[in-house]
Amino acid sequence: MTDTTLGTSASLAAAETLESPARRAWRRLIRRKGAVLGLVVIALFILLAIFAPLIVPYDPIATSWSLVRKAPSLQHWFGTDELGRDVLARVVFGARASLLAGVISVGIALAIGVPLGLVAGYRGGFIDGLISRITDAMLACPFLILAIALAAFLGPSLGNAMIAIGVSATPIFIRLTRGQVMSVKVEDYVEAARAMGNPRWRIALVHILPNILPALLVQATLSIAAAIIAEAALSFLGLGQQPPAPSWGSMLNAAQRFLTSAPWMAIWPGLAIFLVVLSFNLVGDGLRDALDPKAR
Amino acid sequence: MLNFLAKRLVQIVPTLFFVSVLIFSLQHLLPGDPALVMAGEERDPAVIAQIRAQYHLDQPIPVQYLYWIKGVLSGDFGESLRNKMPVLELIAQKLPVTLQLAAMAIVIAFMIGIPAGIVSAVKKGTAWDYGANLFALWGISTPNFWLGIMLIFLFSIELGWLPASGYVPLTENWRASIAATIMPAFVLGNAIAAILMRHTRSAMLQVLESDYVRTARAKGLSERTVILKHAMRNALTPIITLGALELGTLLSGAVLTEQIFSIPGFGKLIVDAVFNRDYAVVQGVVLTTATIYITLNLIADIAYILVNPRLRG
Repeated sequence: MTDTTLGTSASLAAAETLESPARRAWRRLIRRKGAVLGLVVIALFILLAIFAPLIVPYDPIATSWSLVRKAPSLQHWFGTDELGRDVLARVVFGARASLLAGVISVGIALAIGVPLGLVAGYRGGFIDGLISRITDAMLACPFLILAIALAAFLGPSLGNAMIAIGVSATPIFIRLTRGQVMSVKVEDYVEAARAMGNPRWRIALVHILPNILPALLVQATLSIAAAIIAEAALSFLGLGQQPPAPSWGSMLNAAQRFLTSAPWMAIWPGLAIFLVVLSFNLVGDGLRDALDPKAR
Repeated sequence: MLNFLAKRLVQIVPTLFFVSVLIFSLQHLLPGDPALVMAGEERDPAVIAQIRAQYHLDQPIPVQYLYWIKGVLSGDFGESLRNKMPVLELIAQKLPVTLQLAAMAIVIAFMIGIPAGIVSAVKKGTAWDYGANLFALWGISTPNFWLGIMLIFLFSIELGWLPASGYVPLTENWRASIAATIMPAFVLGNAIAAILMRHTRSAMLQVLESDYVRTARAKGLSERTVILKHAMRNALTPIITLGALELGTLLSGAVLTEQIFSIPGFGKLIVDAVFNRDYAVVQGVVLTTATIYITLNLIADIAYILVNPRLRG
């Protein structure tokens, strides 16, 4: 009997080692209720954004003077806005701007931050000092204030808002990558790769980068949540998506002026931002737990 | 201690230098000729030439930077194009308003975040813990401008308890001042309470597992004494300094919160400046926030060493 038990645990252990790290992380992630809920809501919003014209029968920018600020009804589930536009249609189409802004601005931050962090952490010395001081300088400016200042100087548009948010989020990724590289580069396998005569860029890309991906993935997910809020904030201020194109932030701005007569205009876009941001935060927290080597 | 202080101060110099370069370079992001942008509607070549000479725009960029930084170091942040007032004066006028808001927000954040964190750590795995974690998630995920609008709807429009907007200085009428700022302060404090709760929870969990807490329990001390006297004191030390570092979050949040509640503070100053293309004010505000942040960072570091005897030496 002892033999069989041993046999099963041995084969289990074998299966465990054969499983790729990504698969194992996924298996651990989907065991968390919060993370699964987050993934489902995100998937739902992505589908809404892609198939928006098929889902809502109304044009999000078509105005109608006979339908100004009508309360929610069977025809217009979320009501209509100050120009007689369907709020549901605008919330659904607004998902496009928010999700795109979240993903693209974090993409920009990764594309600039990770290479700089790799160079700073791996090379050290003067270059590290220079990159680190610039990072400190950027981190000293509060995230949203920096984004607003950048967006103001670049000019108001959704594209510029994405650039402004991406650049403002970059220092976090530089600092994270640098720290991770410094702790990984003293590992034996990196030493071994160096002893085998691999060039520096190859060690950085093939041996170091894959090992710091989990930390980057967690930060990227949480940063998407922050970027979506930032895009909504910039659009609220009129520095993001320009009217009449729908965006949750600019909808909230309009809604504030009609809070007494049409409170429904404020509820739905805000709820949409909240749900998407909450979901990315849930997935980010779940990923952090799932990828934590100490919890294995 | 002195050694550490000297090292930190030396580190600040290059950081401040890069902050100034960063803020100076912002104006070169402007599409086209900055002189034309500053001239606005004015198309008279003589006026444009005068602006170019006044702002040294005809000089090479490094020289322009030297002129600019020389002014900044002597307290000259330029002049607001709109109000024709020195930028520094404008900032000095608006900063106290935001500081009042920030101070109230921090108090609210500590009052909610720390008890919630302690309870969730002590009652780990119970409904209390679950509820506190939900609160934290809610706090981090709610856009503060939406929360502000919803609070105005509830407390000003539906219930009529609080003013929807406006500001009264504390010195003029403290009751009216608190009534006008309590909602925006709660909106700002809420997000920070969530962050504080998470940090308090993990710090408490770590401390509760430590040997000295076990010893205190073994001595037969009541659970209350163990938690309040032994665990909390050690867990909260890093949290207090963390509060200072959340100032960045506060100032970012203040931009939108002041906009929604029409509070004439620092955040509203930068937004108005952005729309009036008053670039000197935008630069001045960013420079001031960065300097405040760096200074508070330093103070937090020093405070951390002062309250933590193990780091003194």
